[in-house]
Amino acid sequence: MAVVFDRPNSLEDVSTHFCPGCGHGIVHRLVCEVLDEMGVIGDTIAVVPVGCSVMSYNYFGCDVIQAPHGRAPAVATGAKRVNPDKVVFTYQGDGDLAAIGTAETVHSGTRGENIVIIFINNTTYGMTGGQMAPTTLPGQVTQTTPFGRNTDTAGFPIRICEMMSTLSGVALAQRVAIDSVPHIREAKKAIRKAFDNQVNKRGLSIVEVLSTCPTNWGLSPTASMDFVRDKMIPYYPLGVYKDKTADEEAAK
Amino acid sequence: MKGNEALAEAAIRCGCKCFFGYPITPQTELSAYMAKRMEKSGGVFLQAESEIAAINMVLGAASTGVRAMTSSSSPGVSLKAEGISYMAGSDLPAVIINVQRGGPGLGSIQPAQSDYFQATKAMGHGDFHVMVLAPCSVQEMVDAVTLAFDKADQYRMPVMILADGLLGQMMEPVTFPEAKTELPDKSDWAACGHKNGRKHHIINSLFLDAPLLEAKVKERYERYKQIEENETDAELYMCDGAEIVVAAYGATARVAKSAVTKARAEGIKAGLFRPKTLWPFPVKEINQACKDAKCILDVEMSMGQMIYDVKLATECRIPVEFYGRTGGVIPTPAEVYDEIKKLTGGAQ
Repeated sequence: MAVVFDRPNSLEDVSTHFCPGCGHGIVHRLVCEVLDEMGVIGDTIAVVPVGCSVMSYNYFGCDVIQAPHGRAPAVATGAKRVNPDKVVFTYQGDGDLAAIGTAETVHSGTRGENIVIIFINNTTYGMTGGQMAPTTLPGQVTQTTPFGRNTDTAGFPIRICEMMSTLSGVALAQRVAIDSVPHIREAKKAIRKAFDNQVNKRGLSIVEVLSTCPTNWGLSPTASMDFVRDKMIPYYPLGVYKDKTADEEAAK
Repeated sequence: MKGNEALAEAAIRCGCKCFFGYPITPQTELSAYMAKRMEKSGGVFLQAESEIAAINMVLGAASTGVRAMTSSSSPGVSLKAEGISYMAGSDLPAVIINVQRGGPGLGSIQPAQSDYFQATKAMGHGDFHVMVLAPCSVQEMVDAVTLAFDKADQYRMPVMILADGLLGQMMEPVTFPEAKTELPDKSDWAACGHKNGRKHHIINSLFLDAPLLEAKVKERYERYKQIEENETDAELYMCDGAEIVVAAYGATARVAKSAVTKARAEGIKAGLFRPKTLWPFPVKEINQACKDAKCILDVEMSMGQMIYDVKLATECRIPVEFYGRTGGVIPTPAEVYDEIKKLTGGAQ
């Protein structure tokens, strides 16, 4: 019988520690499908963050470096600059990338580091038990915003793709989601484009994935997907915020 | 050649493939030299957005198996502490240079030795050590860089060269070694792409299982034990029959040496103990230097930090006195000589 659905070769054959309904599993799979299709897993170095996805070093089938909190883009810069022919990507959550690692994110972008950043936005710090993240929505209840995020005192959620799109070194800034099959397909295309950009030495590509955290949101897996669609996407509109390659094509 | 530039040239000759730094006085000439030379020698120079980013770029490059270096001065080294701890926890070799200046806080830009505690006792969170080398001339800085890269690779750990603003800015004649052509093979652990030929390598400092982390740390301490046994180094100057031994390292040791020479010329039985490795501290060597001593005079450009190692190493058998200047003030040979005279009561 023909196998129509299987584990990507680039994904290690182990059980993950992720909660039921967590989006990491889907995004891990998409990344690995892309690495399979491009046939580059043997030449890839992943840089994993601090947070739930730290243990991705057990799941990605490539060589992996675990970075200090927020520093993945700097670690990736070091790895890529001395190995320009390798494929280097970071996989980071919102606390890691958009709070403690903001400087590293912005400056790897403005330098145009030839790396891929997979940015998981689930509006919370998952591993530490669901505290307010820079991406937590106004009014959203978390462990550290027990009465809902008050923007007068806790500030506003940060829109990373919009910010990164202003930087000259960024080749691609695209926001996708994993709440529906069409969105998952779109997400995979964006991830593929990001890795193609790296192979073509276009500069930094960041794909922001609106994802879920059922455990810390206190929602079921299906209700979490609804939360992405109904609450997150309106604040974080999906789409391509910058695509250097497409812009250049259009200008021709 | 200037001390800071000599450090840079020595690193390139050691096969250092990349330098990541952030501007800070008094080590700026090192970065400037790297910016000029690194690319021409086929390496990477990158000015990072912060000290934190710079050390993490070193972490990333070192993870792939290449020789990597960063340099800074005291306030900047504090910022690198996180990255150094991660590198120690991931068993990554690299060379870190601290051209010390006065502290705490922004302090001054003048020479100091007030980061001794940080370098030898607490270079970051967690149970770990970095090897710490203390050169006292431009030539020794060159030699220290060579040793630092070799030992970092041999023991898979960060090695720090603890210099100071005086050594960094000083100009002296220097001889460089030939450029290295053969470097150690790190393919058994480096994360540089497995080419589908082996299981993936993971560079990691996270071990959630407590007994496993304990075992990892203990394994590292076994290595530290070997280092303590095999890698200590010190200069003993006029220590035979010395009744007072001055203990000093780095630029301060040069000042102390002048004072000791003068004291000897005047009939005072003085000697100098100069550790060239601060971690591991040369315990055997200091006891050798002090076998006839009735008093040790510890001299530092700090309020007294190495003095604790001096007392511990000699098990407080001999009184240890202290003379120090700090905040960027450099002690003079006359000041140290006066202290020696005061403690010995002059020539017998």
